[in-house]
Amino acid sequence: MEPGQVIDGFLLEERTHQGGMAALWRVSKVGSDDPLPLIMKVPRIKGGDDPATIVGFEVEQMIMPALNGVHVPRFIAGGDFTRQPYIVMERIEGESLKPRFEAAPIPIDEVVEIGAKVATALHDLHRQHVVHLDVKPSNIMFRPLIEVDGKAAGGGAVLVDFGLSRHDHLPDLLGEEFVLPMGTGPYMSPEQVQFVRNDPRSDLFALGVMLYHLVTGQRPFGAPTSVRGLRQRLYRDPLPPRTLRPDCPAWLQELILRCLEVQPERRHQSAAQLAFDFQHPDQVVLTERAQRATRSGSLQVMRRWLSAMGNEPAAGASASGQTTRSPILMAAVDVSGADARLLDAVSSTVQRLLHTEPGARLACVAVMKTNRVGMDELLDGDGSSKHVNLLVQLKHWARPVLQAAGTATAAASDEQAGRVTFHVLEAPDVPGALLDYARKNHVDHIVMGARSSGGLRRYLGSVSAKVAAEADCSVTVVRTPALAPERER
Amino acid sequence: MKLALVTDLHANREAVSAVMAHARAQGAQRYAFLGDYVGYGADPGWVVDLVREHVARGAIAVLGNHDEAVVIGPRPTMVPDACQVVEWTREQLNAEQLAFLAGRPMSATEGDCLFVHANAYAPADWDYIQGRTEAIRSLHATDQRFTFCGHVHDPVLFHLTATGKAGDFAPTPGVSIPLSPRRRWLAIPGSTGQPRDGNPAACYAMFDTASATLTFHRVAYDVDAAAAKVRAAGLPEALAQRLIHGS
Repeated sequence: MEPGQVIDGFLLEERTHQGGMAALWRVSKVGSDDPLPLIMKVPRIKGGDDPATIVGFEVEQMIMPALNGVHVPRFIAGGDFTRQPYIVMERIEGESLKPRFEAAPIPIDEVVEIGAKVATALHDLHRQHVVHLDVKPSNIMFRPLIEVDGKAAGGGAVLVDFGLSRHDHLPDLLGEEFVLPMGTGPYMSPEQVQFVRNDPRSDLFALGVMLYHLVTGQRPFGAPTSVRGLRQRLYRDPLPPRTLRPDCPAWLQELILRCLEVQPERRHQSAAQLAFDFQHPDQVVLTERAQRATRSGSLQVMRRWLSAMGNEPAAGASASGQTTRSPILMAAVDVSGADARLLDAVSSTVQRLLHTEPGARLACVAVMKTNRVGMDELLDGDGSSKHVNLLVQLKHWARPVLQAAGTATAAASDEQAGRVTFHVLEAPDVPGALLDYARKNHVDHIVMGARSSGGLRRYLGSVSAKVAAEADCSVTVVRTPALAPERER
Repeated sequence: MKLALVTDLHANREAVSAVMAHARAQGAQRYAFLGDYVGYGADPGWVVDLVREHVARGAIAVLGNHDEAVVIGPRPTMVPDACQVVEWTREQLNAEQLAFLAGRPMSATEGDCLFVHANAYAPADWDYIQGRTEAIRSLHATDQRFTFCGHVHDPVLFHLTATGKAGDFAPTPGVSIPLSPRRRWLAIPGSTGQPRDGNPAACYAMFDTASATLTFHRVAYDVDAAAAKVRAAGLPEALAQRLIHGS
């Protein structure tokens, strides 16, 4: 292949990368004026039989056309294996994450931003039924920042290279092919080491490895190449990041070590729930992980080693199944405006949802309406902060919900304790603020009350109607039954 | 071209009607029937006529073991309920319908595709493809890259690499599966007239020959009506129950 050559209508312009597995060419579609920049990925098939490259490419050709959205490169065309195998896709103009690893340790703020962006991209992938299974710095790109209406936009993470990925609804072409665990040594989750290929929480483990590296400049499990070396992560825990980087906040150590838990059940249950924590560090419940200052003692390691032996995990998860079972609910509660009956009705609806969705997290949200122009009176007559008052009322409203969620008791586990969070938003436009919050936090389901009658609703317009009409997710609007009109007495 | 793959119709008029309507709405341009037009259900004549009309217009239709049993008598291995229905079915069919069944080929090929009721290695012995072992054997017995068969009532998709590694996959209804040109494929669409995987909805599959994508479908139909006809015809109650529960 050389510059100037045309393959199936794509003009090869320049080879931009030559790796062990594939070459990348900048290409353009002959006779097309679509401005979308394109690359062609061409597998490097070594002489004779090279199942790893071939099957990986086959998998990527199968999965990429099924993916959509800004967090993956857009698929354009695939070339037939019998002539010239290739994939033409959108070229992401930004950088990969790899150079930042060469600079690690990097500033904490940047680690947090990367964590939130990658978790968001992973959630988008998992919702499309795909587990990536090879999350690592070179497979994460960032779209360039652009300016929209005077504000910075773009910059989102893009996942590339689906050669090891697994789609819930498509055959696993790799499952039967190889006798060694598939993945990249430093990033592979314990369950991947044990041949499980359908758990989206594996991708959260890999993200934890990357964040650990970015914070400390070291890999938590080194770069093993043997199966025995890979299996060490089943029983040997890494040095807590704060011992290597004292300015790492406790909450960030909490999140990183939770990503690196051996059992997927002890990690965040969805990438959206992890992204949520990155966006609300003050709400992260700190457990023993946050304070840990040493690795486990040899006795505990030995105990884990014994239990890891012969304890092969059962495969039962799926990307979208796990994500669906772990939704983020949002209760939008007008604690200062709604009447008591409506607040009770919203509370019982939320309790019922939490009861049926044991993996759900709940964000309780109240909006403090501010004036569009000018300074607001932030203190009320008694001199206490309106914001704090609202938070106090919101938590008071949530007491029965917490009890129903099993988080109010002393016996509640750490994971349960972080299940319910509280947020007071300050904004002039109430429905706008709720919609914006739901979108940024990947909320799956909004529950809110609506005034059941008359004059005030007509005068103010209905917040719930606007939210229900414009939200990207499900919305449950709770009403109290209207009382019989006076004349029917 | 969109090719509808319909198999194990088993004289179930309600299921076959629903599947044919669904396939038409999905843009089916051609039909391949993979055998077992009769047996178990109460409408053998109607189903045979429908397949016969399609064959007259160019459809593929191969022989199934129930069709053979109606024509030449059941094999000793056939289960008693099925034998009883075979006798009853023969009385329901006219000479033309019986001749149509008798004239079905054991298999058919077209392009890259093989159509056969049971398997490619010994089609007339009616061996079931129960797992990867039989699937590998069948895929090795044909030069065709795609094998479509029935006989087994549960939908499943097998694949085989050039290096001889096989995998199997339980398909999700309605999802298009690209069949990679790097491997060979054996697809069982699942039974239209008597599903047995716990879901009473009728099975069939659609193969897009141009893009080599295969989509398995499940189509709900009036199960109760079909079961009522089985009872009214005096056929075994277990066969009516089987339709209702899809088991």
